[in-house]
Amino acid sequence: MSGTLIIGGGQAALSAAAELRKHRYDRPITMLTDEAVAPYQRPPLSKAYLSGELSRDRLWLKPAAWYQNAGINLRTAVHITALDRGACDVIAHTGERIGYDTLILAMGGQARRLPVPGTNLDRVHVLRTLAETETLSAAFHEARSIIIIGAGYIGLEVAASARKRGMAVTVLEAAARPMARTASALVGGWFGAIHRGYGVDLRVNTPVKAIVGDEKATGVELDDGEMIEADLVLVAAGLSVNDGLAATAGLACEDGIVVDHQARTEDGNIYAIGDVARFHSRLYDRSLRLESVQNAVDQARVAARAICGQAVDYDPVPWFWSDQYEMKLQITGLIEGADERVRRGDPEEGRFALFHLRDGVMIACEAINSVPEYRAAQHMIATGARPAPDRLRNPGVAMKTFLP
Amino acid sequence: MAKITFIEYDGAEHSVDIQDGLTVMEGAIRNMVPGIDADCGGACACATCHVYVDPAWSGKIGERSSMEESMLDFASDVQDASRLSCQIKVTAEMDGLVVRLPKEQG
Repeated sequence: MSGTLIIGGGQAALSAAAELRKHRYDRPITMLTDEAVAPYQRPPLSKAYLSGELSRDRLWLKPAAWYQNAGINLRTAVHITALDRGACDVIAHTGERIGYDTLILAMGGQARRLPVPGTNLDRVHVLRTLAETETLSAAFHEARSIIIIGAGYIGLEVAASARKRGMAVTVLEAAARPMARTASALVGGWFGAIHRGYGVDLRVNTPVKAIVGDEKATGVELDDGEMIEADLVLVAAGLSVNDGLAATAGLACEDGIVVDHQARTEDGNIYAIGDVARFHSRLYDRSLRLESVQNAVDQARVAARAICGQAVDYDPVPWFWSDQYEMKLQITGLIEGADERVRRGDPEEGRFALFHLRDGVMIACEAINSVPEYRAAQHMIATGARPAPDRLRNPGVAMKTFLP
Repeated sequence: MAKITFIEYDGAEHSVDIQDGLTVMEGAIRNMVPGIDADCGGACACATCHVYVDPAWSGKIGERSSMEESMLDFASDVQDASRLSCQIKVTAEMDGLVVRLPKEQG
């Protein structure tokens, strides 16, 4: 009676367990996480938790009693080193074999290391897990300055949290603008200007040659030879996906474990969900691997339903958010492939939305302090709506009027 | 501390004590009240913690913020009594509050 085994302790793993029970799955469920703690919310780590506004006890996704009540055997600090598909076992770092009837891979990823010298020095941090955040947070108390390498969501959110604590902040981005991977030039550039306005020394087109220091990092050397000093260095260079276990076991991986519309791998007993999974989007007609709460939760629901014999197809309208200072950025859809952009509202007023259309169809929206635009766009993307650009652009036309 | 009663769409009731400073959503999660998913953890980004609160309570729980209003504008089964439970901070004054859950979260 092995039941379902879930590898991972993030929001996807937890949601899969919860959804299985919600759909009356009555076999054993075991969750194995390599972290020392129960599943927690990751989004606040770089925001309210790091800035000290949210206490640790408010991070847990479920109270301790829930696991017992729901019959979930949660095992922490278990490192899985191999997957034996023939025997339907996974093998832990201790050599222990743990069997499964159904396996859900939800190992997510880890903070990407930079291929430059000095990343192993003391005072060089990354931020992905609670433990990493606590190490950084403790260092914050004694530091007066920080260099953040990478101007993605995590890098900029930490920059905002560090400025709130009064630290001198330098952000170094190799690309030509902040958030280059996920946001448009307008929105990325706008956020860059906001950070500069708050006193962040934000530099784009600025690759790092090395992190410097004996034992402890004391700063960073840029490609052009310039040296910048700081008490701390944070590497916020994205995620390195944990698909090695699956790849070694012979499952198809292409920067992520390849799954079908029910989150199933090519092995019918093995599912993969969340940050670690790569799936085909019918909506965007391409292969996607999404790193978001929405994807973690919704793909977990799809996998749980498939396991319970109530299969539904996964074809999400993605959504993301980021909080920086008093700015709430909400993105829905994916901006890549748009051939027309329509702005609504005035960036100077700190409140605007940028809609992205392809062949007249709404495919994405970036909204800054603009919830109606964001919410209406979610509906429009889901239904393939073709809003008139002139009406979209006009703040006098209520967003609700774009819905059927 | 306030005793708050959650009534699921099917009528099941859960009365729980929630400490001051937490949100109604957090109180539901900590007390394992089913039907409040709160995918986004209280960032006012997902509307999966939608509840109904008798408008008579609005003096004690505060009005909707414009962000909450906008999230609800596009949610399912919205009524005058609709609130996002992640946006209601618990105070002792809310002792006896009753919140009902919508069908979609059943």
